[in-house]
Amino acid sequence: MEKSDQMKELKVSAIENGTVIDHIPVQSVYQVLRILNLMEYNDQLLIGTNLESQKMGKKGIIKVSNKFFKSDEINKIALVAPSATLILIKNFSVSEKKKVEIPSRVEKIVKCFNPNCITNVEDVVTRFDVVNKDDLKLRCHYCEKITAKDTMTFK
Amino acid sequence: MKNKSLVSINDFSREDHIHILDLAGAFERRPKQRILEDYVVATLFFEPSTRTRLSFESAATRLGARVIGFSEPGSSSVQKGESLRDTIRTVSNYADIIVMRHPREGSARFASEVSRVPVINAGDGANQHPTQTLLDLYSIRKTQGTLDNLNIAFIGDLKYGRTVHSLTMALCNYNTTFHLVSPTELKLPSSVKMHIKEKQLGYHQYTELSEVIPKVDILYMTRIQKERFQDPMEYEKVKNSYILRNSMLDNSKSNLRIMHPLPRVNEITYDVDDNPKAYYFTQALNGVFVRQALLAAILGVVE
Repeated sequence: MEKSDQMKELKVSAIENGTVIDHIPVQSVYQVLRILNLMEYNDQLLIGTNLESQKMGKKGIIKVSNKFFKSDEINKIALVAPSATLILIKNFSVSEKKKVEIPSRVEKIVKCFNPNCITNVEDVVTRFDVVNKDDLKLRCHYCEKITAKDTMTFK
Repeated sequence: MKNKSLVSINDFSREDHIHILDLAGAFERRPKQRILEDYVVATLFFEPSTRTRLSFESAATRLGARVIGFSEPGSSSVQKGESLRDTIRTVSNYADIIVMRHPREGSARFASEVSRVPVINAGDGANQHPTQTLLDLYSIRKTQGTLDNLNIAFIGDLKYGRTVHSLTMALCNYNTTFHLVSPTELKLPSSVKMHIKEKQLGYHQYTELSEVIPKVDILYMTRIQKERFQDPMEYEKVKNSYILRNSMLDNSKSNLRIMHPLPRVNEITYDVDDNPKAYYFTQALNGVFVRQALLAAILGVVE
């Protein structure tokens, strides 16, 4: 099994140093890129989507050369890709593997679902406290309303 | 509390509530004290609310402060398209404290973050109106001698009533038993009920007003607005079911008091006004003492 996993990895070229974000739900690949601000990244960036996965059926993968994310930064993607795994690559080999974790505070990336919230009327950076991690619920720091998984949109 | 903004009742602990209520008691005993003579209070009403504004201005004036501001956005730079951020930044140069009412939820929190001076939230959309909650707590404690272990009934529009939501959440700190009387369409939302359940407090739901009256210490009446109903027929069906008449109070407890955030329309008949259990006008007066306490404490003139 290890061998076949390796074969799939190679469908997107290996990187020498950096971070691999694996097991991204296919529909979330572009959101992950946006949340991590990778659209403007100017080093090597490899993106694969609709790749076969034993765990997920189909998955996306992003390989970012020469970039090691801070955990606050990377955990933001847990909102859209809770299944994602992070693989830190050093000198072409795996130095660490970890799961993403939902952070306790979320800033900037999520839009408050309440149309009458000041953050949807004026130019205000959104801030939320995560009040439930299992059944994702974010409480707006401003209007105090709960944005849940089914009402969540990204800025 | 010095220099601290008052944005949401949820920022305050039970101890904070009690401290403010005690301070308000001192102003009730001596309402005219010119301790804010050197201060300027700005009242910015981006949405009209005559009662709340007058109450704040009365509180400020009785303490000797000067009041500046506007009572509706039409008479301010807001009409020219100025952002809230800019209005607040500008006015915080002119005043020592800002009292604001704004139609958007979260506006007061945002204002407190861009202002150089403390902000008191006098209502941000459907979200918070903490000074109303504090004056309600003050009124309950004053009439019952305690805030603990009371039976409190809320009647009317429990779905949209911001006053009811904030007071319910605050009362969850005091082992209250809640009696919730409303049409099915206007029941207390589950997001508020969640707080009652978290504290494992008792609550009972009713659609009839009369059966709850003998059981409770406080009857908190609210207005049912026609526009809250999708089906006008539903409104017609229930509109007279939540009207309190003097004759209904015969079997009530002797310590019962009737509260209402005002303005009332027809939900309490005028014959109740002369009943010693009617408390709504005194409740409005208590608002002035509570606001005096808040202005003085936040400006650091009393501790």
